[in-house]
Amino acid sequence: MSTLVVAEHDNSVLKPVTLNVLAAAKAIGGDVDVLVAGSNCKAVADKAATIGGVRKVLLADNAAYGHQLAENVAALVADLGAQYTHVLTGHTTAGKNFLPRVAALLDVAQISDIIAVVAPDTFKRPIYAGNGIATIKSSDKIKVLSVRGTAFDPVPASGGSAAVEAVGKATDTGLSSFVDEQIVKSERPELTAAKVVISGGRGMQNGDNFKLLDGIADKLGAAVGASRAAVDAGFVPNDMQVGQTGKIVAPDLYIAVGISGAIQHLAGMKDSKVIVAINKDEDAPIFQVADYGLVADLFQAVPALEKLL
Amino acid sequence: MKVLVPIKRVVDANVKVRVKPDKTGIDLTNVKMAVNPFCEIAIEEAVRLKEAGVATEIVAVSVGAANCQEQLRTCLALGADRAILVQTDVEVQPLGIAKLVKAIYDKEKPQIVLFGKQSIDGDNSQTGQMFAALAGLGQGTFASKVSVADGKLTVTREIDGGLQTVAMKLPAVVTTDLRLNEPRYASLPNIMKAKKKPLETITPQSLGVDVTPTFSVLSVEPPPPRKAGIKVKTVEELVDKLRNEAKVIS
Repeated sequence: MSTLVVAEHDNSVLKPVTLNVLAAAKAIGGDVDVLVAGSNCKAVADKAATIGGVRKVLLADNAAYGHQLAENVAALVADLGAQYTHVLTGHTTAGKNFLPRVAALLDVAQISDIIAVVAPDTFKRPIYAGNGIATIKSSDKIKVLSVRGTAFDPVPASGGSAAVEAVGKATDTGLSSFVDEQIVKSERPELTAAKVVISGGRGMQNGDNFKLLDGIADKLGAAVGASRAAVDAGFVPNDMQVGQTGKIVAPDLYIAVGISGAIQHLAGMKDSKVIVAINKDEDAPIFQVADYGLVADLFQAVPALEKLL
Repeated sequence: MKVLVPIKRVVDANVKVRVKPDKTGIDLTNVKMAVNPFCEIAIEEAVRLKEAGVATEIVAVSVGAANCQEQLRTCLALGADRAILVQTDVEVQPLGIAKLVKAIYDKEKPQIVLFGKQSIDGDNSQTGQMFAALAGLGQGTFASKVSVADGKLTVTREIDGGLQTVAMKLPAVVTTDLRLNEPRYASLPNIMKAKKKPLETITPQSLGVDVTPTFSVLSVEPPPPRKAGIKVKTVEELVDKLRNEAKVIS
């Protein structure tokens, strides 16, 4: 048994989710190799080589992989992955983009968003916005899995000294090309990795009012999220969306402000350790999952909370 | 140009579903069904491409039991020109669907294939990408903006931390994200007209595609319940609880 973990990175920094994916790989058992595909990304491979429990790091360093174009990365991963029993990556927008292509090229199923490893061929994953937890047994020769990072505790980032091995002829399929990218620079932690998340919903009334959450986020070192309703209403961009079709978070503390608690939002945050809800509607469904509910007008409660922290 | 839009019949997004008592799946008896919301966005985008003079024909396709005809009729009412149902009572898995769509793609030769980014039942987010790989096409997934010019498709994609724009030569695949558009409602005259639009029914066998599942669902369980919380009366009490009881802030 052997597993190939496809690392997530931006050519200079290894994304923390890779450590969670490695934890899933460890739960499966067998040898674990890490693939770093990118452009001028040797630093990432060197970093991956220091992670405990990694047998070797495969480095595919070529301009064709620089922007993680799914067509190119999938061709590479399918080529390398044929030698393994398991191919894993994070269930992130990057993983979701290329991994299904890998599965199709290998002519096997993909099992998405796994939250537990029951056996090397059996996994648990949420369906219907987390309203059911399915146990899935695969009969494919290669198991292609995307992993929900928040469901696995990360492996330690140090303690290893794996060899780095250059691999792969460059595969530029020429099917797509990179035009540009707008990445929001933020001092705040990433939503899916933050220990504290504060999110606003439709009750925030407009995008400007989201600034109210910033003060608390600053004091608690929190990431700021939003419900789909707030994104739909155009208050904030989609990459802030927490929910079934947005980001799945599981911080130590989740503060829901002016969020009613639609099923699709709950799917994205109900595994948080402690949930606080602030809403003026005492019948809002969010209170059914909240450890601490405060029925109050958020425009008074939020500034008061900031002052007390 | 022709646009192909594969759509899925799913439980209505507002229904609170429950696991069957015997844990074999989700109980869907007498539950309201609908077009998957992201597929609806895909249909809307196709209609807008047609209104803009880019697309000339929209073909909606679905895979599933006979009752999927209802959702295909909805798509016809929303602006699709014709529909194809690949009828089967087998629950076809994403790779099987991708192979069926590929077989239809080979016959229909569309320039754009527009999928929803995920279905709200299986939550897999796979089929569009799998189809793109099988057909050897480029893909613009999680699209928030789509434009076509000079034989090129440009797609702005929602990615972690922001947006990415990619260009592809046609034919190509798009999967839709939430902000791409706001789907219209079908008007009554269009619902009436949709009844007369062509809806062809074929089988996976006629397409020569094997849809045998390669994984099995051993059980479906309800998620672990959260224990009931409490209501606090004041912000002071909330902060005290967080600090001294839950110990999540200092």
